[in-house]
Amino acid sequence: MAANSTAAARPDLEAHAVIKRFGHQVAVDAVSFSVARGSFFSILGPSGCGKTTLLRMIAGFIAPDGGDIRIGGRSMAGVAPNRRPVNMVFQHLALFPMMNVAENVAFGLARRAVPRAERTRKAEAMLERVGLAGAGLKRVDELSGGQRQRVAIARSLVLEPTLLLLDEPLGALDLKLREHMKIELKQLQSAFGTTFVYITHDQSEALVLSDHVGVMNRGHFEQLGTPQELYYAPATPFVAAFVGANNRMTGKASAVHGELVDVTTDAGWRIRARRIGTIGVGAAVEAFVRPEAATIGRTSAELAPLAGQVVHAGDVESLLFDGANSAVLVREAASRFEFRIALPQTGRYADLKVGERIAFSFDPERAACFAAPPAHA
Amino acid sequence: MLEATATAAWHRRLMLGLLLAPALLWLFALIVLPHLDLALLSFREPVAPRKYVPSLAQYRTFFAEPLYWHVFMRTAILSALATALTLLIAFPVAWTIAKLARGRMGALLFVVCLIPFWVSETVRTLGWMILLRESGVLPALLVRLGLTNGPVELLYHDATILVGLVYTSLLFMVVPLVGSLESLDNSLIEAAYDLGSGGFAILRKIVIPHAAPGITAGCIVVFMLTLGNYLTPTLLGGKNSLWFTEQIYTQFITRFNWEQGAAFGFLLLALSTAMVWFGLKLSGQRFSDVMRRT
Amino acid sequence: MIPSLPRPLWLRASTAVFLVAFLVFLFLPLVIVAVFAFNDANYPAPPWHGFTLDWFLGNDSAGRVGLFRDTQLLASIWTSFVVACWVTVLAVVVGTANAFLMERADFPGKGALSMLMLVPLVIPGVILGISILAFASRVADFASDVFGLELDFLRPGLPLVVLGQFSYIVAIATLTISARLKRFDRTLEDAALNLGATRPAVLRTITLPYLRPALVGSAAIAFLMSFENFNTTLMLVGADSPLTIMMYGRMREGATPVLNAVSLFLMVASALLALTLMRRNDRKDA
Repeated sequence: MAANSTAAARPDLEAHAVIKRFGHQVAVDAVSFSVARGSFFSILGPSGCGKTTLLRMIAGFIAPDGGDIRIGGRSMAGVAPNRRPVNMVFQHLALFPMMNVAENVAFGLARRAVPRAERTRKAEAMLERVGLAGAGLKRVDELSGGQRQRVAIARSLVLEPTLLLLDEPLGALDLKLREHMKIELKQLQSAFGTTFVYITHDQSEALVLSDHVGVMNRGHFEQLGTPQELYYAPATPFVAAFVGANNRMTGKASAVHGELVDVTTDAGWRIRARRIGTIGVGAAVEAFVRPEAATIGRTSAELAPLAGQVVHAGDVESLLFDGANSAVLVREAASRFEFRIALPQTGRYADLKVGERIAFSFDPERAACFAAPPAHA
Repeated sequence: MLEATATAAWHRRLMLGLLLAPALLWLFALIVLPHLDLALLSFREPVAPRKYVPSLAQYRTFFAEPLYWHVFMRTAILSALATALTLLIAFPVAWTIAKLARGRMGALLFVVCLIPFWVSETVRTLGWMILLRESGVLPALLVRLGLTNGPVELLYHDATILVGLVYTSLLFMVVPLVGSLESLDNSLIEAAYDLGSGGFAILRKIVIPHAAPGITAGCIVVFMLTLGNYLTPTLLGGKNSLWFTEQIYTQFITRFNWEQGAAFGFLLLALSTAMVWFGLKLSGQRFSDVMRRT
Repeated sequence: MIPSLPRPLWLRASTAVFLVAFLVFLFLPLVIVAVFAFNDANYPAPPWHGFTLDWFLGNDSAGRVGLFRDTQLLASIWTSFVVACWVTVLAVVVGTANAFLMERADFPGKGALSMLMLVPLVIPGVILGISILAFASRVADFASDVFGLELDFLRPGLPLVVLGQFSYIVAIATLTISARLKRFDRTLEDAALNLGATRPAVLRTITLPYLRPALVGSAAIAFLMSFENFNTTLMLVGADSPLTIMMYGRMREGATPVLNAVSLFLMVASALLALTLMRRNDRKDA
């Protein structure tokens, strides 16, 4: 019992100050994190942020220049990719075209010299679990995009790896199928209970799927946390800008009142936002307001119940109708700054006209203000 | 860790060595060194049994003896003629395969065109000999049709040699032509037509520029193969064939005059290389691209 | 012009006539060769004297030696076969190594080497033949003079024929196999490694099966080109003549229809080979 609980407590994947350089460029810069057993962990970042390099180091295709990667408590230094308890779903799936579906799934078992009969049995059982019962004799190119995806996952999971790595596997699918596969992936993960490490540049995938997300930028993690933490309490301007939609304003701090900062944006608009980190008066800052944190009204009187919030005036610039995700672009009356506001799903403001003067306000507690990061060379 | 990387590096070097060895052995033992040796051979002259001095005598003989010179030029001109004829005949065929035939017909026609070339050149030449010789099928047919009084000898003419050479070369022209014509987007032709071009203008402005790489590749290969052909000219041209490869054979094998034969070989190689180079310059292409095409 | 554009009737008609004429031109010699293999006459020439199988089965009783009794011809077919097998194996093995070298390895002088690999394709076969003949003889002379070694395989004969044909056929095999290897998606190898395969297992289960069509194709081409080769072989041949050399010799003397018989035999063999290959490809496409 005790042994069990320590094993359960031990993270399946630990990275300690992992470094990788390509020439003078540092692709992965002293990244440390750990992934708990059975959880779904995503590494989210724009292309070129080093996430693929990090993933390939975990898989063993690239050797780190420094630091240590431990899988299931065992250091992976010098362990060849084919000897790691890790399997991977590749970006374009990399199903073997010269083999049928069952042979693809049984490939890893065959390499472990599992007897043929057992191999067939396990492959069939696995195909059934991913909803592809009876598809074993099909050729890989006869499958649909979603089915191929499931074969790729089945091929890895049949080996019962400690860790399943997924390299943007949904990237090649069209939008509808991608939405569908997101849900399917999440269900598969909870059904199998395998630890998933997923990399993506799509913040929505990361938010929907993950228990924890590491947001990666320029080779390091900007923030590690649950999707909710990333969304509601971004730790850096990069996270605020990258995760979810946000109105971004740069300017100077004109006054600091405890947790709140008065900001005069470059366009000359004065707003109030919550301070994150230390900010001195006169410092360059970046402020973020989520579209759904703002409230819209036809007149300032409508917004009166929101006592204590500054009411701004604006003109409707354009209407972005998208069903439940509809929004309106507003130009703030004085500074002409373009500001995005989510429309309430009641459809109450569906009849707004371009050019119409409206009032809007937002809760300063839900606006985040950061000291502007030093400009990158 | 360090030890592991050292072993890996050693492994890589071993693999590279293992892969390089056959390539180098092939290229140096069978291509580079033999040709260097051939060059040396062509620049020497026997002065006594097993005694040689460096000299240009072999090349001097070539220019001094009108027969050699004549045969050389004749071979070059007939080869160029055969190449041009092959292009003229192969182009409409390739066009039909690539553009006109619908669905599987094109593929079928292509395969049909390739079939004769699965059979040895010797067999094909035998066919032409039975067809064309005085006691052969065509002369008999001509008599039967009343076109000639008695059987005529259709073998041993320059035209016969040309027919044989064109026949043998067709494949090497059709294949690259089909390749380059298939990659031509039909909508380009439709657009040109729509913009008021006639058939000839489309051919000149759209089709030929697009197919130029294929045409060059085909012409280079056909010219080279024709120039180096031995079987067809000697069998279809008989004693009158006067083909340069025959001179090389005579010097090398019959007269055992290797020095002269080597010089002749080099002259043929120079001509062939010059034409390849010229063809590439003319169409502004790279050698490696052209060779991959064929 | 293309089907979507109007084509005048004369153009369509002349296209059709041209195509028919072309196909006649293409197949007439082969048909003639095949037909006269069965003519009951001592020379392959008209007129038609009736049907006979003498040129296949004849046993010298009527002065006619058929293909299956002509030991000389049969021996030359065997010689060609043996030579072709050697050339095929060598060309495919070395061609595969070359393909991996050019597509996977990096080393100084790679560009020059890849150029050099194409050179054998633009050297006329006769010259390949004489250069290898001369060089091999010089090496053999040198070994004999200096070390007293008799290197018989460097004298005109079948080993030299194999080397001569190999010298340019391997370039074709290299191109064919490289072209396919270039299109190979290397993440398949990563995926196999990731699923626990060792390097040799990846080669055996993933990379070579992927290359298989190119390997089979280049083997067929190598075999055929070797079997048909004349120019290079002519310069390097010794006492044992391969089939093309044997046929050439007899054609110059004005031979009996037994040559037609052996030609028909070759046609049938080539057709069977071609059909088998196409069947394989069709199955792959289906």
